[in-house]
Amino acid sequence: MPNSWIITNGRIIDPAGGRDEQGDLYIIDGRVAAVGAAIPPDAGRIEAEGCWVTPGLIDMHTHLREPGEEYKEDILSGARAAAAGGFTGIACMPNTTPVNDCAAVTNFIVDRARQAAVRVYPIGAISRGSKGELLADFGELKEAGAVAVSDDGKPVVNSQLMRRALEYASDFGLPVISHCEDIYLGQGVMHEGPVATRLGLRGISTAAEAVMVYRDIALAEWTGLAVHIAHVSTAQSLALIRAAKERGVQVTAETAPHYFTLTEEAAAGYDTNAKMNPPLRSEADREAIREALADGTLDAIATDHAPHSCLEKDCEFELAANGIIGLESALPLSLNLVAWGILSPMRLIELMALNPAKILGLPAGTLQSGAPADITIIKAGQPFTFSEADICSKSRNTPFLGRQLPGRAVLTMVGGEVRFQKGLL
Amino acid sequence: MQTEHIFPHHHILGMEQFSRQDIAHILATAESFREISSRSIKKVPVLRGRTVVNLFFEPSTRTRLSFEVAAKRMSADTFNISASTSSTTKGETLIDTARNISAMHPDVIVLRHSSSGAPQLLSRHVQAAVINAGDGAHQHPSQSLLDLMTVQEHKGRLDGLKVAIIGDITHSRVARSNIQGFTTMGSAVHVFGPSTLLPLHIESLGAIRARSLHDALEGADVVMALRIQRERLHDPLLPSLREYAQRFGLSRDPMAWAKEDAIIMHPGPVNRGVEMNPEIADSPRSVILDQVSNGVAVRMALLYLVGNA
Repeated sequence: MPNSWIITNGRIIDPAGGRDEQGDLYIIDGRVAAVGAAIPPDAGRIEAEGCWVTPGLIDMHTHLREPGEEYKEDILSGARAAAAGGFTGIACMPNTTPVNDCAAVTNFIVDRARQAAVRVYPIGAISRGSKGELLADFGELKEAGAVAVSDDGKPVVNSQLMRRALEYASDFGLPVISHCEDIYLGQGVMHEGPVATRLGLRGISTAAEAVMVYRDIALAEWTGLAVHIAHVSTAQSLALIRAAKERGVQVTAETAPHYFTLTEEAAAGYDTNAKMNPPLRSEADREAIREALADGTLDAIATDHAPHSCLEKDCEFELAANGIIGLESALPLSLNLVAWGILSPMRLIELMALNPAKILGLPAGTLQSGAPADITIIKAGQPFTFSEADICSKSRNTPFLGRQLPGRAVLTMVGGEVRFQKGLL
Repeated sequence: MQTEHIFPHHHILGMEQFSRQDIAHILATAESFREISSRSIKKVPVLRGRTVVNLFFEPSTRTRLSFEVAAKRMSADTFNISASTSSTTKGETLIDTARNISAMHPDVIVLRHSSSGAPQLLSRHVQAAVINAGDGAHQHPSQSLLDLMTVQEHKGRLDGLKVAIIGDITHSRVARSNIQGFTTMGSAVHVFGPSTLLPLHIESLGAIRARSLHDALEGADVVMALRIQRERLHDPLLPSLREYAQRFGLSRDPMAWAKEDAIIMHPGPVNRGVEMNPEIADSPRSVILDQVSNGVAVRMALLYLVGNA
């Protein structure tokens, strides 16, 4: 296969350049080139009429499970799932076994990822073993290839440690991603609402998230440093983030498709695929998330792809593991927001490509000349029923099987190489 | 039996599955079985050859005994399995246990489990009818049905009554079941307890959240106290049992707010001197032992209705 291409007649959407226009895209030797540039004779042609041609999507919040839980997912299977979902780059959280808290683990991930279908960006731990006690060696993590630090899956309970993490990470230009949860308020298995009361399950209040969101905002404000809030699920948190942004605090935030798609009602039949942390919230929270995606309070849509096998999911709700897979379904679910008129196509690509790349400081998320040709081609209006055949992950824990979705990625290209395509070539 | 109603349920998982007609039908069936327990030979051949497995993952004396007595009086073969959830960390074990038991072709599995929703999970993996004998803080339908039967016996009706449930509502499957059961039958259920033990959104189940013990008890026809468990002191949801008894316990003074003929109920076992003063538990208005007797009749009815399919 060539790595020079002419992609013709697509709707080119590039938020970095403010472009949303019908046209052709030239790719020469794996990089975006100016239209009309001298193209090698063996260049491939892709007819993209009726499709969006966008910078490759970036998922800034993935769990790849390798090393340690390869029966759920590994770096290569997770990357295949990413390519199938239209992602050209994924940032993997450090809660593996062992935790990615040192260069040895980061190096292992980077090495494995050489064979992967998409670019894999490791995220290092904030604290050693993610135990929340001592800082990890951010310098060596950065040098080995880590793009950010996070103790995701666990909150940093010690507020002083969090402050020190923000400060020390800034010395190495590493973004800090915070999983906001007060562990005492967080002792529950689903949202504290009418469904939990009816099911007799311990509830998690929205305050469990919001109090930590405010703590991190306060620390960022005091130190003048940046913080990124992972998987925001509540209206309360959004109000805090919105107000902080208005004050000029360097806070960015992401949500995941399940939070703007589902509510606590999804757990009504004790469906363990509706169990995640933070939990699915109320209708009002879901509305607030949609609004915040549109008004800029939220900066990114991330998958929080969390593969689990039937061992962790086919059991009592209280015992089930948190999380669902999301790489294959994130873009289709997000396209709903465009179909419903909540987001423009440009804003969606900003949330799924440009902003995640910006927050993580990646050379990606743009179609400007000279950029690596990481491209996603999307058919926004090709409804399909999401089924097991669409899943490349090793795990099947998703509440979205059988759901009618409006469209999908039909081609994923990384550095000019096609890594996934469905009916386009 | 007496009614024309066709009972449409294979599993008994919670009170919300029942219509008013279903409940009336179960109670009428239980009523017809009540007399068997007062015979000298307390056995009828209704479930002869049927197998009932009591699968109890949580300690229980009276509920398990009640189901076992009920099954034996119906001539079913009964087997008791007591397992500890502490030895099982993966729910896979519940499903595996269920499949193994299922391979022995039981007709009914009576399940008690500490996890809310465990009976739903079990019911998806077995052919047998599943009767929920209490799951976590979710449901305890046979308890609610025996409470309904007891109230009907003493009040002659189940509609238009004021039922007050006092105590730890948050952790109580009996409260949830009874809120739904009594509401379905047309009575009003007022709940009260310390705010730490009253869940948000309890109104969404149909309950009325009383603002004081007085509001809950005033004019009540039925007063039900719930057991206060000692571990609630460590959560910490309560400062002391002493303060609980003084401020939220049922004694003669607060009981004067209820109707003169109000009956006093408790799902047992009673913490005497905590949620209920001994003089109240043993007063003529207490129907606690009637509840236990009716428990056998109700469970006979449930086993008959799902085990005879």
